[in-house]
Amino acid sequence: MTMPYYASPEQLMRDRSEYARKGISRGRSVAVLTYADGVLFIAENPSSTLHKVGELYDRVGFAAVGRYSEFESLRVAGVRLADVRGYSYNRRDVTGRVIANAYAQTLGEIFTQQTKPYEVELCVAEVGDTPEADQLFRLTFDGSIVDEPDFVVMGGQADAVSGHLREHFTRGMSLGEALDVGVRALSAVSPATTNGNGSGPALLSAEQLEVAVLERGRPKRAFRRVVGAALHRLLGDGTEAPEAPEGATAAHTPSVSSPGTPAGLGDPAAPDTAGGAEGSGEGSGPQSGPADGVGGGTDGTARDGARDGTDDDELGGEG
Amino acid sequence: MSEASGRGGFPLPYLDRVGSSFTDFLAATAPDLLPNRRPVPTLPIGELAPHGTTIVSVTYDGGVLMGGDRRATMGNLISMRDIEKVYPADSYSVIGIAGAAGLAIEMVKLFQVELEHYEKIEGLTLSLDGKANRLAQMIRGNLAAAMQGLAVVPLFAGFDLDAAQGAAAGRIFTYDVTGGNYEQRGYAAVGSGSIFAQNSLKKTWRPGVAGDDAVRALVEALYDAADDDSATGGPDPVRKLYPIVYRVDEEGAARLTDAEVAAVAETIMGERAQNEGQG
Repeated sequence: MTMPYYASPEQLMRDRSEYARKGISRGRSVAVLTYADGVLFIAENPSSTLHKVGELYDRVGFAAVGRYSEFESLRVAGVRLADVRGYSYNRRDVTGRVIANAYAQTLGEIFTQQTKPYEVELCVAEVGDTPEADQLFRLTFDGSIVDEPDFVVMGGQADAVSGHLREHFTRGMSLGEALDVGVRALSAVSPATTNGNGSGPALLSAEQLEVAVLERGRPKRAFRRVVGAALHRLLGDGTEAPEAPEGATAAHTPSVSSPGTPAGLGDPAAPDTAGGAEGSGEGSGPQSGPADGVGGGTDGTARDGARDGTDDDELGGEG
Repeated sequence: MSEASGRGGFPLPYLDRVGSSFTDFLAATAPDLLPNRRPVPTLPIGELAPHGTTIVSVTYDGGVLMGGDRRATMGNLISMRDIEKVYPADSYSVIGIAGAAGLAIEMVKLFQVELEHYEKIEGLTLSLDGKANRLAQMIRGNLAAAMQGLAVVPLFAGFDLDAAQGAAAGRIFTYDVTGGNYEQRGYAAVGSGSIFAQNSLKKTWRPGVAGDDAVRALVEALYDAADDDSATGGPDPVRKLYPIVYRVDEEGAARLTDAEVAAVAETIMGERAQNEGQG
């Protein structure tokens, strides 16, 4: 029979903190800086799809380091909280403080009650009407919450990056200046740059960075990702990337409008068609009559559904 | 609200990774906030609730326009003469509403949050067909209320960023009370004055029409609707109330200024006035 051994609460907490700290320190750093026209997020993140920075609400943004699955579920929870509040009250009743508090409570609960603490560190940033009203909240794995005035640095070498920023940061910088200061601070410790005693270029390049801003002047939703050509221009690195369309809608397959055909029932070549793909495009076109499309594919055969009337015999009818 | 359930942190459903639909999330956490979860009135109460009337949408060579008159009626009364019935649904689509105004506006609000919520969680926008389909599901949930005189019939239009090469990017979708969703060619109208508006557009709208001509065709269609339908409001130069018109093109959705619409409406009124009482 195994005996449960005794561990003092202090020891337990220390172990958990150490575990969480270790996990966080393995990751790359993220810096959140205020600048004249808003809040700037800079993350060292070579992935362009797995984001460390995101939008929570109109004036509120989110940045995180640590374990992706954990901070992603926290980000989604934040978006949900913000949207439910904004929907049931008013959009201006959603504040960074409310969301940061919910994060603090949740992280605190998880830290004390679960065997494994979340290995994450978060920043909730809110852009105000004036630079003085901008707010940065930093949240750690144990649920502590700190209100920081100028900038927040999280992740692996947060102390070194903070030190660098403390030297070079000034209030009221332009977006370009703030980005420059932030990228230099991150590059100074990154193993991907020569400044950080690694190999590669002196500064982190656009491909290694994830940059976003909360712009004070933007109406309603202030959050904007800075990507592609705009980022190259701001970094002033001289290389021009092809202009990418904003909004990332290129992920959908091209659509062909087909009035008269209920979506997903008519043309087998259309992406949302339920029917089979065999013989697609043989003259039936996107505007086949409504009768052709009815019942497409619900019974699982690959061949019924949208065909012209001439093919009905061959298919043995649809009844 | 369930969010403040005792402990202050996020309740479990908030941390559940599955699901990017705001409506589905509300159904799990705060179903009382959803319009179609309430008891349906047992008697027809259509006469007691303000109803929106005519909405018109037309495509043109650069996208799509949507406009609506400013009148809401309650039985034989005019309950509002400055109501706005066309709203942006997101950056590239607009929604106009006819039918029970209270329910319709709530539905638009929910639809707007639904689209934005999906965008934030997934990191990309829904396809235009996806948005149209999502709206159909909301209408479907309202069928019982529709039977008691609280029908909501929206008109949805957007600029399709995924349109295949050569395909028209401006697209219009209409709905029926059962949630049927039909894409329309060229132009469409809903509401009590829609018959007259559509007849007007039959004569004025041409495929590939330019933007300015399309604005004129749209405002004229609303003028014709107001001419023959008592529930549709015409241009009101006394109170300076003119139709609301939204344009959706590759730049996104934007509302035409009152001055722009007023100029078009006044041109039309001027021309009609020259017909010696038969305008």
